[in-house]
Amino acid sequence: MPINDQCIRWQPTAEFGARRLRADLYRYIRDYFSEQGVLEVETPLLSSAANSDPAIESITADAGGHCRYLRTSPEFPLKRLLCHHSSAIYELGKVFRASEQGSSHNPEFTMLEWYRPGWDHLQLADEVIELVSGSTKRSLNVQRLSYQDLFDDALGIDALDGKTDDIVAAAEKRGAPTGLNKQQALDYLLSAVIAPSFGNRQLTLITGFPAAQAALSRIDPNDARVCQRFELYVGSAELANGYHELTDPAEQARRFQSDQQTRQRNGQAVSVLDQRLIAALQAGLESCAGVAVGIDRWLMWLGGYDRIGQVLNFDWESA
Amino acid sequence: MATYSTNEFRSGLKILLDGDPYNIVENEFVKPGKGQAFNRARVRNLKTGRTVEKTWKSGETVEAADIFEKPLQYLYSDGEFWYFMEPETFEQLGADEAAMGESLQWIKEEDVCMVTLWNGQPLVVEAPNFVELQITDTDPGVRGDTSGGGGKPATLETGAVVRVPLFVNQGEVIKVDTRTGEYVSRVKE
Repeated sequence: MPINDQCIRWQPTAEFGARRLRADLYRYIRDYFSEQGVLEVETPLLSSAANSDPAIESITADAGGHCRYLRTSPEFPLKRLLCHHSSAIYELGKVFRASEQGSSHNPEFTMLEWYRPGWDHLQLADEVIELVSGSTKRSLNVQRLSYQDLFDDALGIDALDGKTDDIVAAAEKRGAPTGLNKQQALDYLLSAVIAPSFGNRQLTLITGFPAAQAALSRIDPNDARVCQRFELYVGSAELANGYHELTDPAEQARRFQSDQQTRQRNGQAVSVLDQRLIAALQAGLESCAGVAVGIDRWLMWLGGYDRIGQVLNFDWESA
Repeated sequence: MATYSTNEFRSGLKILLDGDPYNIVENEFVKPGKGQAFNRARVRNLKTGRTVEKTWKSGETVEAADIFEKPLQYLYSDGEFWYFMEPETFEQLGADEAAMGESLQWIKEEDVCMVTLWNGQPLVVEAPNFVELQITDTDPGVRGDTSGGGGKPATLETGAVVRVPLFVNQGEVIKVDTRTGEYVSRVKE
């Protein structure tokens, strides 16, 4: 055994106050859902199928000769629970995403995800705003904008109908690498240029995302250019991502396949599709809205911390 | 050719951009939950010292710069190059004026400097943080003045000029902070 000559840092990366803040927030969340009649549930961390989203990489685990995937969100098993018995449910737990590390990213982080049968994404967005507002005594200013208005106000760019070349050029002018496609350029502009300018006491609700960024939300029946998805930013941090959930099993299977094709084209790992989710959707998912919230960023915002390591007892480097 | 993925980016990593060596000062990971991830880094050009911001798609690779730092002993100058010796192999390396930068006004023979080598050649020579140098020329001090009110210029044996307190005399050895170019104290022989 080498002797610890004080070169090995064993201490937590979070101060004691951050531990208390986390415990208080968990209690607040559980009290809120208990009062609302939303049931806390638990689903597996290790799954036999991976998330197909090309923007998210799973961490794999050797489960004794075969491979399992650490979940990147509890979305699929929670939807299977809803298909079995449709009632409001939530899960508060750890999720994992390979290589996501930075001042507001840790490959292992805590996610709160919940579902409201019978609601649409706008009703759920209101609840997220209510829940987040209730966690602080600060007075907040809530901004509600469509994706298109947000880009128009901030940069004078038409994010939905603008020409790809113009959008890519606008991103490159503001420091983006060359060779981006339209959606990547929009991603860059939102996360590197627009969001950093949001005020700290501002909650920004963005709705009307481009249909190409629908992920697992429905396409708007009245406007096929956009989907029924929202995001909530607290200050400049992306906190919540919610959908009026896709319930059509055939459309779900198509999106899985399209993800797989994108992964193949990019040379990314292509893993088994979650056939159990498709089977559950075939059995029937009641119309519902669902949202995922990043607990660690919520804590950063509440405590005024600027690095995620300050709210994690042991961050990725010291875990 | 060695390369780094953006996933390996961290401060201090040395990379090659448009043929120039850069040091990563700060790296930030930017990613929307459902979208393209980017690495946005502040990088310093090791040749010019200039810092710029640059963004990559996460997962892209960047060429590594063959950069490392070594303490080398200064031997002499022929006016065009300043020659340093690797103390173990006795190998000699010449640094040009650009690599010497401000350091050339502080060092004298046998001083050990931290030298940044790029592809084995001196790129940046850093003088020691503190050097002790003799004053070769300064006006006589004023009797009774013990603190350095305004001070006066003094020329050192290397040619550098620093402001010293009035009580410091020609022929004395003083300690200088090379990072600020400021007088620190007299050195008792």
